[in-house]
This record gives sequence, C-alpha cells and structure tokens, in this order.
Amino acid sequence: MTAVEQETTLRKGHIGVSVPRKEDSRLVQGQGVFFDDIKRHNMGYVHFVRSPYAHAKIVSIDVTAALELPGVYGTLTGDEVALQTDPFFQIAAPPGAHVKDYALAVGKVRYVGEAVVAVAAETRERARDAAELVEIDYEPLPVVVDARRALDPDAPVLHEDAGGNMSYTGVWEWGDVDQAFADADHVVRIGELHFDRFNSTPLETDGALVEYNRGTGQWTIYTNNQFPGFAAIMMGPALRCGIDKLRLVTQDIGGGFGNKITSHPQLVALCLLARKLKRPVQWTEWRTDFHQSMSHGNERWFHDVEVAVKADGTLLGFRAKAIDDAGAWLRYEPLGGVIWSQVAPGVYRWRNIKLEFTQVLTNKGPVSPNRGYSRMQHLWLTERIVDIVASELELDPVEIRKRNYVRAEDMPYETPNGCVYDSGDYAKALDIVLDLIGYDTIEERRKEAAARGKLLGFGIGSTLDSGTNNFGQSQLLNPDLQFSGNNEVATVKLDIFGEIVVTLGTTPQGQGHETTAAQVVASIIGCDPDLVTVRVGHDSYWNSHAGFSGTYASQFAVTGLGAVKGAAEELARQMRQLASMVFQCPEEAIELADGFARIKDGPPEAALPFMALGAIPNANNAGFPVDPPQMNARYVYRPPFEVPDKERKFGKLTLTYAMQIHGCVLEIDPETGYYELVDYAAVDDCGTRINPKIVEGQVMGATAHGIGAAIWETFAYDEEGNLLTPNFYDYHVPHALDMPPLKTGAVESPSPFTPLGAKGMGEGGGGAIHCVGAAIQDALRAAGGAVVTDSHNPYHRVWELIRHPERSRATVEVTTR
Amino acid sequence: MGQQPTTERTISVSVNGETYERDVPTARLLVHFLRDDLDLTGTHIGCDTGNCGACTVHVDGAAVKSCMLLAVQADGRKVATVEGLAGDGELTPLQQAFSHAHALQCGYCTPGMLMSAKALLDRNPSPTEEEIRIAIQGNICRCTGYWNIVEAIQDAAGGGT
Repeated sequence: MTAVEQETTLRKGHIGVSVPRKEDSRLVQGQGVFFDDIKRHNMGYVHFVRSPYAHAKIVSIDVTAALELPGVYGTLTGDEVALQTDPFFQIAAPPGAHVKDYALAVGKVRYVGEAVVAVAAETRERARDAAELVEIDYEPLPVVVDARRALDPDAPVLHEDAGGNMSYTGVWEWGDVDQAFADADHVVRIGELHFDRFNSTPLETDGALVEYNRGTGQWTIYTNNQFPGFAAIMMGPALRCGIDKLRLVTQDIGGGFGNKITSHPQLVALCLLARKLKRPVQWTEWRTDFHQSMSHGNERWFHDVEVAVKADGTLLGFRAKAIDDAGAWLRYEPLGGVIWSQVAPGVYRWRNIKLEFTQVLTNKGPVSPNRGYSRMQHLWLTERIVDIVASELELDPVEIRKRNYVRAEDMPYETPNGCVYDSGDYAKALDIVLDLIGYDTIEERRKEAAARGKLLGFGIGSTLDSGTNNFGQSQLLNPDLQFSGNNEVATVKLDIFGEIVVTLGTTPQGQGHETTAAQVVASIIGCDPDLVTVRVGHDSYWNSHAGFSGTYASQFAVTGLGAVKGAAEELARQMRQLASMVFQCPEEAIELADGFARIKDGPPEAALPFMALGAIPNANNAGFPVDPPQMNARYVYRPPFEVPDKERKFGKLTLTYAMQIHGCVLEIDPETGYYELVDYAAVDDCGTRINPKIVEGQVMGATAHGIGAAIWETFAYDEEGNLLTPNFYDYHVPHALDMPPLKTGAVESPSPFTPLGAKGMGEGGGGAIHCVGAAIQDALRAAGGAVVTDSHNPYHRVWELIRHPERSRATVEVTTR
Repeated sequence: MGQQPTTERTISVSVNGETYERDVPTARLLVHFLRDDLDLTGTHIGCDTGNCGACTVHVDGAAVKSCMLLAVQADGRKVATVEGLAGDGELTPLQQAFSHAHALQCGYCTPGMLMSAKALLDRNPSPTEEEIRIAIQGNICRCTGYWNIVEAIQDAAGGGT
C-alpha cells in the first residue's frame, strides 16, 4: 500500500495529527457495548412474521396457536397498529403524500419480507417457533418489479390511496439547454443506462431494546438508529406523543452507512409491544430480514440521455430522463429526488442541464439512504456520459476531463443550480492518480497483457462527496414542508475534579468521533486529548441534541466538530473569566496551557489547575460577588443557509464538496469475462483533515464498497418479486482476498465556509463504481467496443458485452454537424 | 411412540480458562451460549449463514465460527474468546497493532478478526500477505476494505503476538 501526501498537513494544536483512536481500546477487547449486548430482567425477544408474497391482500391473521405456545408473551398485528398509531408523516407532496405507512402491514403486503405480525417470547428460539404458528391467509396480487413498467396503465398499483405508482415527478432545468444543443458540434445520444440496486450491508443488523415507563408514558429505546433526530420526528406523531416521550440511546454501532436511518417502523412496533406486554422487549434483525427489507440503495434508470459537445471536447450540457425505483415504501423518499441535484453538474463546468426526474413505487424492498445517497447515482451518470462521449468522439478520457473539470481558480464555484463548490483542485488530484497508477506506461502494459491473452483497461472515476445538507432542499419537492437548514449540538464541561467532558448529539458508527472531538477540544482548552472524555453515542437525556442530530450525509467534521469547537471556545472563555476573577486581573491576561489557567508571563504560583476551576462553581462557590461562570457550555452549530428558490430549484443545497478521484487498471479474460483489478489509486480532498488516518480509513472503506457494488453486490429480484440475494451466500461482499493493491493520496483544500476548514467526507461518491465501469469499457475497445451501460458489471455481464458488443453499441448514436 | 428427544442438557465448558457448568437447550448455538448465558458479549453476530465470521472464537485452539456449533458440542472443550486476549488488562501486540494501523472502524468485526488472526499467528508466526488474506477470508469487514487489517497482522507478526 502506498500513501502520498501532496501537501503539508495543516497542524494546529492536535488538529491534523493521526492520534490513536480513543474508541479502540474497548473495541479490541470486546468491551464495546452494542444494542444487542444490553439485557433487561424478563425481557421478551421479538420476531417479525414476514410476507412471503411481493403483493397480496391479507385476508386473515390468526395468532391463537402462537399465543398458546408456552413461553410466548404476546403478539402485535397490523390491526392493532392501525388503531393505536397514526400513519407515518410523509415527506412527499401528493401523490406520494397519500401513502399510508404503518409499523406493520395493514390490509396488504407490498414486498417479500414486509413485517406483518410481531411475536414476543422468553427466548429468541421460542419467538421464532411461535412465529411459525401464526396463520396468515393471503390473496396474491399481480406484482410490478421493473420500475420502467410501474407507470404502465395496466401496472398493478401498490398504494391505491396514492392513485398510482408515482411518488414524485419534476423537471429540473438550468441554463439554456436548447441553445446548448444548437451550439453543439456533436450530439451524443445514449438510449438507456441503469444504476443497480444494492446497499452497504453493515455487519451489525438493525435492532433495539425498548422499555416503557407506565407512570410517565415514556419509552427508552436503546438502538443503533443513526439519525435519532429524524426517528423522533417520525415516531412521535405516529405514537401520538411528544418527542420528549422518546428517549433514544445509542452506544457503539456496528456500521451504518445510511442504512440505519429508517428503522422507525420497527421501533414503533417495539414501543407498542413494550407497552402492551408490560415488559422490556428486544429485537435483533436477522441478516435475511435486513437484506429483504432495510434501506436498499436507490435503483435508477436514465433514458434518452443527450449530450451537447463542441468539436474540441468542451461539454456544453446534457438532458436526460431519470426513473428512480423507490421500492414499496417512502421511508425517507422522495428526498432522493432532490439530493442528486447537490451535484447536478458533477465535477464539470457545463452550464446547461435538464433532468426530468420521476420516482416510482415497486414491489421490492424500500429504499433509503445508502453511502453516497442519490448523488452517487447521478455522478455515475455524469462519468458514464464523459467516458461514452470520449470513446464515441475518440477523445482522450484524461484530456476531456481536464478540459471540462471545474478549475481551481474558479473556486468557490457556483453551479448552474446555485450550489457552491467551496474549494478543490480536481485536475491536480487526477494528476496524482495518474502518477500513482503509472499512466505513462499504460500502453506498454496493455500490450504486455495482450501477449498473455488479457484485455487491459484503465478507468477514471471523478466524484464528489457533498456534505452538510441544507434540509431546505426538501421544499423543492414539497413546498409545504417546514424543514430547512441543519444543526448539531455539543456540550463541553469542566467537572469538579478537572475532568473535561464532551457530549454530542451524533451517533458514530466507526468514524472516530470520540477521537476527533477530543483533538479539537484539547487544541482549544490547552491540554492533552487523553484528558478529554467524549461520551459514547447519543442519549436524549443529555439534552445535547437538536432536530437534525445524528451521523449521516458526510457532515460530522463540519456540524459535529463545529459544535464542539463552539462549545470548547465558550468553556475556554469561562475558564479564563473565572481565573481572572480569582487572580483579580484582566481576562486577557489569562492563558490556558498544560492543564492550568495561568497569568501570562506571571509568577509560577499564579496558576490554577483545571481541578480548581471545575470545583469553584460546582462545590466551592461562597464569597463570589457575582455568580462564577458555570463551566458548562452548550453550543448549537448552525450552517449559514437560506431556503432555496423553489421556482428556479436554485440555491445552496450543501455547504461542502469533498472530492475523490479514483483510477484503476483491470485485466479481463476474454474467454470468460472474469476480470481482476490489478492496480488502484484513490485521491481524496476533504479540506483540513482533523485526523488523516481516520480520513484515509474512510476513503478505503468507500473504495471497498464501490468495488463490491461494481462487481459482486446486487439485490437481484425475480419476476415474482423474490429477492435472490437475501444473505451473504448469495450477496457476495468483498473478502480479504478480493481486494486489489491500493494506493492512496491526499490533497488539502481547506473549505472557506466551515469552522475548521474541514469538509464532511466518508460517503465517497461511488468513485470505484465509476472507474471500474470505465476501465471495462476501455479494455473492451480491443474486443468489439461494447459500451458499459450498467453500474453493476459481474463477470457474466462482461462476457455478454464481449460476445454481443452490437447490443450495447446500438444504444449509442452520434450526430455531427 | 418412542422416547422424547432431549431438549436440555448440562454442559461443562472451559471459557478463557474458567470452567462453566450450565443447563442449556440443545438447540442453543454456541454463540448465544457465550453471549446470553455467560454475558461474554464481545463475540458478535453478523449473519445467519456462517459467512461473516464476527462470531469467530477458538475451540481447542482452532478458529471456529461459534454460530456453526451448538453449545452442547462445546461440552468438555476449551473455548477462547476476545475477552481472553488481554487477560491481564494489557493489550496484546496484535490488539495494539490493530489500533496502531487503524485496522478497525466500527469495531463490530474486530473480535472475530482478532481471533482468526491469532489462530494464524499461533500456527504460523511469519505469514506472507497471501497467507494472512487466506486466514481472514472468512471474516467480513464492511468498514476498512481489509488493507489496514492485513497491515496490522503483518506488524504483529513482526513483533510477536
């Protein structure tokens, strides 16, 4: 493994240093506390009975036999849920707004794996046995699996209340698209592109332990939900309670990647069971249940893609139609219908873009955020466009990128839809990738591979990781929504014995928040990061959270650490103020260093240890003429956003734009379609890196996810709506032997818009998916010139591309003036 | 009708050097015995099919997936789990190497990964990169892409486990 540091790491105090992670000691000893590790006396284990049909009426449910089994505590059915709760709030405007979504299926099932009945029993095994005794009569209905057929007049309708299968449709257009095509020397048309369905499959599945306090009507929910702010907003109205009745607690979480945002239906079912059965209930999702029903990534079709290109390779613009497949429910959707527009032009300077975006419902697992959520699909489109244009017009894929990339001197760069790319140098990052790959020798290596009977290809993936959402973008989909901006909360206090304690609203799942928060606090307070305690996870009881609290959408380095910085600066001010009261000197004369508040250049005895400062307001406060400062600072970070212009669909949708350029070399066996990645480089720019090692770790993880999605990982369905890959046998995630040699590089272009110059990162924008597809297409130039039209290219698909290049070639056409 | 099948049995298992005698349902998996009966929650579960390796422990010195054994099959045998690695509170060189190389993020796969790595290093103190990758191919990690895990095991091999 090679790592290249192109610029001096920005260091200030402990910022920019790869200090060891505070989390590691407990985790390498098996002492982490994950939700499934928490037990309560007499708790019931919950098992969900799930639908074997993709679409069916529920004729009857009989739980008698299950209840008669010794050790069974009780059941919950859709009828009870419909009486005791209200449907979940829908983000969509009509028609999607009319979808009625409950914690369990009511009247109908709409995908294989949908939860119909919940059973609680004294052991996991007994709950599962009892679930098999629940008798459900179904009346199967016709299914729609292919999103392209969902709007056909004769397509079966999932949600009669919505009057059809469309959840959202809108036209997004900026610049002068018709003029761009009038000015073009070439128009490249691509008939159809398909971004496949998969997700990040965190190793820990969803779950919770839920307790109900009958005296106060409050639930305590120990869970791994990664966006408690959103969960509370969804659950409170459904359960007909204020959100203060929902105490959400997270500790260690075994991976999330966006997939653990939408567990609110299951959590509501557990809340109802805990109340009904008068005992704590625990649910741990089975792996198959996760695959069938939790947070599939958005599958997307692009049709009638047309690209306007000048003779010199300048890209003027493009237009396309997108059909987004939301699956059976809108649990976070149709937000995917706007999120893509955070990166509408990708990394390119074209100013004229039109996308007709339609989202449909199908009899498949519901989609929800997945690493690179909705932007990855769109960035894949832009990268496919660039490589197909390059290959059709015989332009160099490196040159066409450099000609059209947003340039370093254009930063901050306003996109055609009013987003502002804060900083970056994409061409420089590409040069580093080319250097790491040894691009100057690629043609020799191609010949050498050909001599061995292999087809060698090189591909580039240029991608963005937009972070720190402006939730006001939801109003571009539904003008009646009352969401906008963003926030995160941190509390930093100095306790009686001088302990510095940090409390956050975030829900880290491996991103090392305890470590990086301690680095920031230590840099401001003047102490070692080891002396800073950062509490694990989120707890509503800490009062250190707000409506958008959680860990999602590449934002912690901005929102979370922005809040930490604000709170730490306030605490430092209070510490200096208190010391100045003690020493009766001006506040400016006090400095914080090495665990002391002392008079600058003063005598050695003019120094108060943090312990003394912490004790004064808490336990030693007599004799002060005015109240001493509290040594307890709460800060809410709020990014500077306006509500976007709803008419023009224009405005700042996110605050930061981290960039990743990936490049890979692969070799294909033309006889079988089997291929191997033989060289790989990933260069990341996320502004100031608080902890470079943690940043690099996430670049690696995103790379592995992209490689998995490009080659092996797919949620494939048969025509009847059965998921064919419901476990880790059939859904192959990368193993240690699957990974190519990796070279990483970093550029640091600090963001001018954020408290620390850092940008959110971690999702990674699917760079590996883009570059693997590009490399396959490059390799196949020597074998018929097939066009890669799918994001997922398993070996059999590559074999088909080699055998029938004319099929994909027929979907592409060039008109030249 | 014939004899009723046994649904419960008393087993005696040595775990991390301590012997536990427990009545267990015969259908109970070893991993649930460790996690639920002994409260050794460091051993994790990531799948239902024996693919992910999060539940890897040692049984009589060999790395095994504890979801693929019944608790009764461990009767009379010696089991070692992640909790037993740093018995005296001092992290082993392998654990230190995982932290140093940033070989863990969420930490969910880490206990199983450590147990597979330890089994490798116990039998082969100087493995090649290929041998390391083969030894951990039964352990899925969704955070790291494995590069840093391989590096950590190489580092630990250099310094002893």
